[in-house]
Amino acid sequence: MNRNVGIVIVSHSADVARGAADMVRQMVGEDVPLAHCGGDADGGLGSDVARILAAIDEAWSPRGVAVLVDLGGAETNSEMAIEMLPEDRRDKVVVCNAPVVEGAIMAATESAGGADLGQVRATAEELAPA
Amino acid sequence: MVDTPRSLKPLIRAAAEAVIAHADELTDLDRAIGDGDHGINMKRGAEAVLAEIDLIAAKPMPDALKAIGMALVMKVGGASGPLYGSLLLGMGKAWGDGGMDRAALAASFAAGVDAVKARGKSDRGQKTMLDVLIPVLEDLRETGDAAGLREAAAVACAATRDMKAERGRASFLGERSIGHVDPGARSSSLMIGAICDALGGTS
Repeated sequence: MNRNVGIVIVSHSADVARGAADMVRQMVGEDVPLAHCGGDADGGLGSDVARILAAIDEAWSPRGVAVLVDLGGAETNSEMAIEMLPEDRRDKVVVCNAPVVEGAIMAATESAGGADLGQVRATAEELAPA
Repeated sequence: MVDTPRSLKPLIRAAAEAVIAHADELTDLDRAIGDGDHGINMKRGAEAVLAEIDLIAAKPMPDALKAIGMALVMKVGGASGPLYGSLLLGMGKAWGDGGMDRAALAASFAAGVDAVKARGKSDRGQKTMLDVLIPVLEDLRETGDAAGLREAAAVACAATRDMKAERGRASFLGERSIGHVDPGARSSSLMIGAICDALGGTS
């Protein structure tokens, strides 16, 4: 019921996404809905809207989902995925302007403490270059 | 120009085949100033559209455009999937009930270009596909002659060579992005050129 804010990690590389998710699990624990995805539809480096949608679904929380991305295509595809969500979910998913590994850990730490989506995002974005 | 939807098929085929034939060139351009996947990504998208071409061409124009856009969003990957996807989805949403005359096409294309601007948080002059799409839109509004559109796209594409990239991966290179044609501008120019050729041959 009172599920914490979900975290989704989106990288161009499936290995980077999985590694970042491993770090979040070890450092933050199990109290945060977490999903990750990386790579294109053929398994190469890149982005895949379908996988991003599936990851958002997997990490879904009624309190929202914060998405951490690495580079351009991951961001653009994540924004596209968010627009394709059902209307009642669209406003509860945000892409954080933060480095993917550090941002995911800070966002998850904030979420684990029960913070709302705005706080989770703000904490991750404190890491963004000015 | 053309009627909908019977004559949509050769246009889709022309654009898709142009991308597939030039995939290596697009990848080489992208390797110079991007991450080297534009040709591969666009080829994957073009093949996905060709695989559904009969289904797509059987739909009413707005739905056909949206179906192409959705195939590109789901299959292309990279930043170009959502960007080209938004172009086609935007065109489909704005398409009216009428046929495919120049005014209808221009209005639809304008909405698509706006969708690309929003998706890419970009505008003209930043060394992107918009540096081809916007001049083509302007030409389409004024004349809409297929040969003229083709020329406008080619000239606009070549002009990206001297621009400094301000969006996307190429922007990391700053001044070093100057001297290379933008891969997204090239793929736009390729598809527009191929569509114009097909229009010239069928209208």
